[in-house]
Amino acid sequence: MKAALTWAWLIALATLPLWLDNPYVLHVLIVAGIFIVAAMSLNLLLGYTGQLSLGHVAFFGIGAYASALASLGFSIHILPDFVLQSEAKPVWLGMLAGIAVAGACGWLIGRLAFKVRGAYFVIVSISFAEVVRLVALNWVELTQGPMALNNIPPLTLWLPGAGETTFWKKPANYWLVLATAALCYVLIRRLVRSRAGRAMVALRENEPLATSVGVDVTRTLVLTTVVSAAMAGAAGALYAHYVRIVDPDVFLFIYTVTMVIMVVTGGKGTLAGPVVGGLIFGLLPEGVRALDFKPEMQWIVYGVLMILVVYFLPQGIVPALEAWWRRR
Amino acid sequence: MLGGTYALLGIGLTLIFGIMRVVNFTHGELYAFGAYMMYMLVMLTGIDFFAALVLAIVLGVMLGGAIEVTLLRRLRGADIDTTMLVMIGAWIALQNAEQLAWTGVAKSINSPFPAAPLVIGPVSVAWNRVFVFGVALALIAGTYALINHTRLGKAMRATFQDRDTAALMGIQIGSIHTATFALGSGLAAAAGALLGPVFVAYPSMGDLAAAKAFAIVILGGLGSIPGATAGGFILALAEELGAGYISSGYRDAMGFLLIIAILLFRPTGLFARKERIG
Repeated sequence: MKAALTWAWLIALATLPLWLDNPYVLHVLIVAGIFIVAAMSLNLLLGYTGQLSLGHVAFFGIGAYASALASLGFSIHILPDFVLQSEAKPVWLGMLAGIAVAGACGWLIGRLAFKVRGAYFVIVSISFAEVVRLVALNWVELTQGPMALNNIPPLTLWLPGAGETTFWKKPANYWLVLATAALCYVLIRRLVRSRAGRAMVALRENEPLATSVGVDVTRTLVLTTVVSAAMAGAAGALYAHYVRIVDPDVFLFIYTVTMVIMVVTGGKGTLAGPVVGGLIFGLLPEGVRALDFKPEMQWIVYGVLMILVVYFLPQGIVPALEAWWRRR
Repeated sequence: MLGGTYALLGIGLTLIFGIMRVVNFTHGELYAFGAYMMYMLVMLTGIDFFAALVLAIVLGVMLGGAIEVTLLRRLRGADIDTTMLVMIGAWIALQNAEQLAWTGVAKSINSPFPAAPLVIGPVSVAWNRVFVFGVALALIAGTYALINHTRLGKAMRATFQDRDTAALMGIQIGSIHTATFALGSGLAAAAGALLGPVFVAYPSMGDLAAAKAFAIVILGGLGSIPGATAGGFILALAEELGAGYISSGYRDAMGFLLIIAILLFRPTGLFARKERIG
């Protein structure tokens, strides 16, 4: 029953561009999908290990920049007479580079930041995102600073049956995002149901106890951060090659907040939570826009909603629905 | 000059964290609120600059008290992540309310100080900066006196040390929390009201202020008032030196780099009492 429902959903989503020929709606869904991937990666850290990372957008942005730069090519002066030059690479290689660089940054931050917990960790993660944003803004030679990287090429892939395909159009990008989201979902599901996943939950629930039964705390946390950062980097890479322009504003704190709201509203520590939360908060702004609100008003609604969710649905929507389903 | 206001921001935040165990994300908005109140009072109603300063601080105290009573009171005893999420929500709502009320255009505020600087030997300083520094120092001294020499301060220190025991001794934890949050918010509003006329008031000014306040607090150790005072001055110095010797584009990054360095080598901050940070 449940599996059939999941498949029905998936088929409905996969065939959507065939029966819904509205580029605007598709665009909204693509952007929501990218954010859902990012929210899923945050959920791995926030929901399963219980570490609130408020610098998650840094990994998203690093993925976007790394992928864009690799596919555009760049040359920078590291020393006055030493120039590091990189030719433009194919986009799929750039995307992999984005994922790898974000993952590597995740490893570095994990090693540094998990010396501390709780409020300290939150503030370190914010600081990290802010430093990265300032670097993107000021290292003009590499990132073009506020002038932004533009003319980023879209993804070109050799697909069986279709040959060389370039992802110019919205339906193609929609399927790409959907496939990535599905892949991430499956990966996260396998991970959290594995031994490592049980170690994460054990850490979240009671760290001293988990340590005493032999869970390697730092290793588990760093592993989670690397996977989570790499997924956020993948979302960033998708974003860069879909929107085809990246500027330092991708590091704005408000995007982290959006991801956190998605995870918390949907239900942290549940597989479906970020997807539900992401759909709600990915589509809600468009719905609110139809009401002709000012953008400030939209953010005020966001803030108030966040407070209300914490008060009335502290576990999130998905666990609340599950409890309701069981009671029937 | 900046050091004094940074210290004000840091002390407010560290008080709230130390006593209430709340990571106050609305702190920067209170700072912006202080600056905007100065703008409203001085530029729109045209009352005296010094009276406006006092009024702006009082209004900041009242707003802080209101936030505590409406949002935080019912969450007492909730874990730190829960209150943090609520404060983030409040912060987003407040910041955008400010933008809605006063638009995104930066507002400048007239101040009554002469344009000619004060010259002492080889050093020349603008008068308004001297004033800001003096008032900031006076407020810091006032806060110390309040904490160390009054009944309310004693109750705050008791709550800081052990909330449950303090409650058993008959201290009204609820009103202590309200007073603390109001005091901390008042200090943030004071910093904003002081710096608003020196720079300009704009809606997102609170973000950077909050980020710096966090840096200061981490630098000094969460919950340590002397630490926050010293941290404020250290950060201001590091920023000036960083801007002068490295690159002015990275001025605002200095604080974050300092945090990262501190956490690597001395994770409890420079002045922290012994505390578990795990």
